[in-house]
Amino acid sequence: MIYDWLHSMTGSAIAAAIIQSLLPLFIFILPFALFAVLLERKVSGHMQDRLGPMRVGYHGIFQTIADIIKLIQKEDIVATENDRRFFDLSPILVFAGSYAAFAAIPFSGAFIGSNIDLGIVYIIAVTGLVVAGILMGGWASNNKYSLLGAMRAAAQIISYEIPTLLIVVTVIMITGTMNLFTISEWQTQYFWNWLILGGPVFGTAKLLLIPLMIISFLIIFLSTLAEVNRTPFDIPEAESELVSGYHTEYSGMKFAMFFLAEYANMFAVSAVVATLFFGGFQSPVGYLGNTFGAKWLIPIEQFFWFTSKGLFFVFVQMWLRWTLPRFRVDQLMAFCWKYLIPFAFVILILVGLITVLI
Amino acid sequence: MALKTEEMVLNMGPQHPSTHGVLRLELVLDGELIEDVIPHIGYLHRCFEKHSEAMTYPQVIPYTDRMDYLASMYNEFGYAVAMERLMNIEVPERVQYIRVIMGEFQRIASHLVALGTYGADIGAFTPFLFCFRDREKILNLFEITCGARLLYNYIWIGGVSHDLHPDFIRLAREFIIEFRPNLKELNDLLTFNQIFIDRTANVGILPAETAINYGITGPNLRASGVNWDLRRNDPYSIYDKFEFEIPIGKGEKGTTGDCWDRYYMRVCEMEESLKIIEQALDQIPEGDVSSAIPKRVKPPVGQIYARVENPRGELGYFIISDGSLNPYRIKVRAPSFVNLEVLGELCKGHLVADVVAILGSIDIVLGEVDR
Amino acid sequence: MKDYILKFWQGLITIIIGMRVTFRHLFVPAVTIQYPSVKPELPERERNRLYVNMDDCIGCDQCARACPVDCIDIETVKSVPGDDLGVTSNGKKKALWVTKFDIDIAKCCYCQLCVFPCPTDCIYMTDVYEFSEFERENLVYDFVTLTEEEKVEKKKNFEEFTIKKEAEKAAAAKKKAEEEAAKKKESGDQPGEKPPDNKE
Repeated sequence: MIYDWLHSMTGSAIAAAIIQSLLPLFIFILPFALFAVLLERKVSGHMQDRLGPMRVGYHGIFQTIADIIKLIQKEDIVATENDRRFFDLSPILVFAGSYAAFAAIPFSGAFIGSNIDLGIVYIIAVTGLVVAGILMGGWASNNKYSLLGAMRAAAQIISYEIPTLLIVVTVIMITGTMNLFTISEWQTQYFWNWLILGGPVFGTAKLLLIPLMIISFLIIFLSTLAEVNRTPFDIPEAESELVSGYHTEYSGMKFAMFFLAEYANMFAVSAVVATLFFGGFQSPVGYLGNTFGAKWLIPIEQFFWFTSKGLFFVFVQMWLRWTLPRFRVDQLMAFCWKYLIPFAFVILILVGLITVLI
Repeated sequence: MALKTEEMVLNMGPQHPSTHGVLRLELVLDGELIEDVIPHIGYLHRCFEKHSEAMTYPQVIPYTDRMDYLASMYNEFGYAVAMERLMNIEVPERVQYIRVIMGEFQRIASHLVALGTYGADIGAFTPFLFCFRDREKILNLFEITCGARLLYNYIWIGGVSHDLHPDFIRLAREFIIEFRPNLKELNDLLTFNQIFIDRTANVGILPAETAINYGITGPNLRASGVNWDLRRNDPYSIYDKFEFEIPIGKGEKGTTGDCWDRYYMRVCEMEESLKIIEQALDQIPEGDVSSAIPKRVKPPVGQIYARVENPRGELGYFIISDGSLNPYRIKVRAPSFVNLEVLGELCKGHLVADVVAILGSIDIVLGEVDR
Repeated sequence: MKDYILKFWQGLITIIIGMRVTFRHLFVPAVTIQYPSVKPELPERERNRLYVNMDDCIGCDQCARACPVDCIDIETVKSVPGDDLGVTSNGKKKALWVTKFDIDIAKCCYCQLCVFPCPTDCIYMTDVYEFSEFERENLVYDFVTLTEEEKVEKKKNFEEFTIKKEAEKAAAAKKKAEEEAAKKKESGDQPGEKPPDNKE
């Protein structure tokens, strides 16, 4: 494990812990956020028969860097009526809420930010900070439209946490642990051992679980989509109605923080869904390291599989954004309370019965 | 002690991403429910009617283009029909066929803009680009004929300014073959999408009686179930030679006369326009297009009102001539101006988010509203 | 209950159909061109910036009269007999010096109404569309080929010619009046001129 290696390198537990916690942030997430912005624009361009950014670098590779430079050098506009403390605090909270979730996600067999037993519940708790950040941002902007947007966003995120939690409880019932690392390792090597296909234990339970797991995967995918405010649930940032919602009044680096936090959040929820249902860092077809006998290759391969699964789900989220129109607020809430939650409850009860009786 | 509640007045100002042009809407709200919508217009008024009194009759045509700038051919068509009735000019048949073909292509182009921007308002960004890609091809057809893409000055009194380009018929047929599958794709992506249907069905219901009382015309009227199309009921030019159907709203996904019906009317009308164009391309005769264009346009003393079926409704020209080279008065009955009035009626009892949906489904162009 | 399930199923199916459409479009090549490096090919009847071929212009003012926004400004000077202005390309002999031919291309509405009445086809629309300027005055195009001195000279010529002509006319008129008066005097003097000289 990387923590042990760092500990032996530096000799101090604190230094090792600090470096280990900063590693995913700087090596993975920030570059990923930069990459995801470009990916979104390129994917949207190609889906719409056009090319996306083409000028900065070869086919626009350095576009995000140009965007960040532009945002950094912008003037930080603060209106006199704004509540200064909350106005400054809001992007920080949103950013922190999104990034703190990465602490409990296993990137590969050798690395997890913090191997706590609370795992998934910690992630859900910490993403609740985002709600506080959004409400603060909407209120402190001193703008009718921002306040409306922030309230809608808060209502949306809180409502959609319920189906997420219900499905997570379902998974915990099957696997018996909350620690994401253990859940990933439990879904051992081949793809038929993944939880979406019933889990590694072969038997009637597995076959009965398959349709239930597919439906629960859909439910959790949709509810986490709503948690990150992506279309079709992007009422808080609906451009044509509220001109950008709760982040209308932000400019410059604060806006960049909202922006990057959204993409990091997207990856975080994709990673969580992939870990719970698709085996996390496990490969679907066995490891090259095993066939060649090179044991040191395995963590790298696992990292590769983890990233590609995360990227695939991020791509599906982008794909949905460019296909679908958005929901109206009351339809959004109706969808959650009248469709997702009943289904999630039914699945919870059925899975509970299956795990107990079979 | 009773609580005193006040209505909130929200302003969707002249600059807003989804009022199509410079339109100011004053929304009187009770919480999120709308009590009244008051449109404020006039931001695009350019004094077309007064200005035309200083122009000669052929010089008015570039000005009529700029009223409804998304359907310019039809504005010129209406003016030409009015002037020809006033002066009793008989245009050659080839000219009639060319005008109908251009008019129907213009109808398809205008409906593509309406549908694309409506999808973008509702939140689906991709159909907008697909619609504009198809519209580019139509504008290319116009470009090879008369040189301009948006404001043509093509249909003149007594004829058209240029004959069809030799490649036009072949390119038009190619476009029709390419466009039918694209229309089906648009339907797959937007029209029958459940989320879109939830946003637009049962929203902004316009009963037939109200529509007739307000004087609504065009696809909005037909969506409410009234079978009235000027190409059938008051034929001008050679529309009586073609076989096409008039789509009428049936309330398939909600109630008759809701936003989905108005949207779907436009999709069906595009299909019917394709049929008309195919028939016209098959039947078009040879001839000279400029033989009936008078050297100096000096109509007899008199007045006339002529109306045509714009993509947005009934476009009427009322022209008073006093025998000189300049018109005495031109008054235009713009369909968007009349259709906009029903917005307050339709929005009562709906949420703020629905205002955008309803406004998009009425399909106004501010150039026509303000002239 | 049945509606509920039906709605859910409808929702799922239409979303998947929509996603299939967008996925297919990922592999369609782009329909856009990268504009400043690649320019579109324009058709031959394209109407963009105006151009006047001054060699063919006969100064008839038809284009200025046809323009609906009055963006063409023409001033001419009549030519003196003995001046050779040349012949236009379709054989007409020119008789006017054009001293001012301004087109305010910022006012022009690109309607093409000036192109049709021109008898020599000297004004036409080209396909140039990239002609933005930093100052608005630079958008008033001046097409005249005479230099300033030439314009002054032609004007002076014409004025001298008119003065000369006026003088000649006045002289001719005066001479005619004198002749008339002389004739009158002769005929008037005729009876009075007979001498009452009787020599017999």
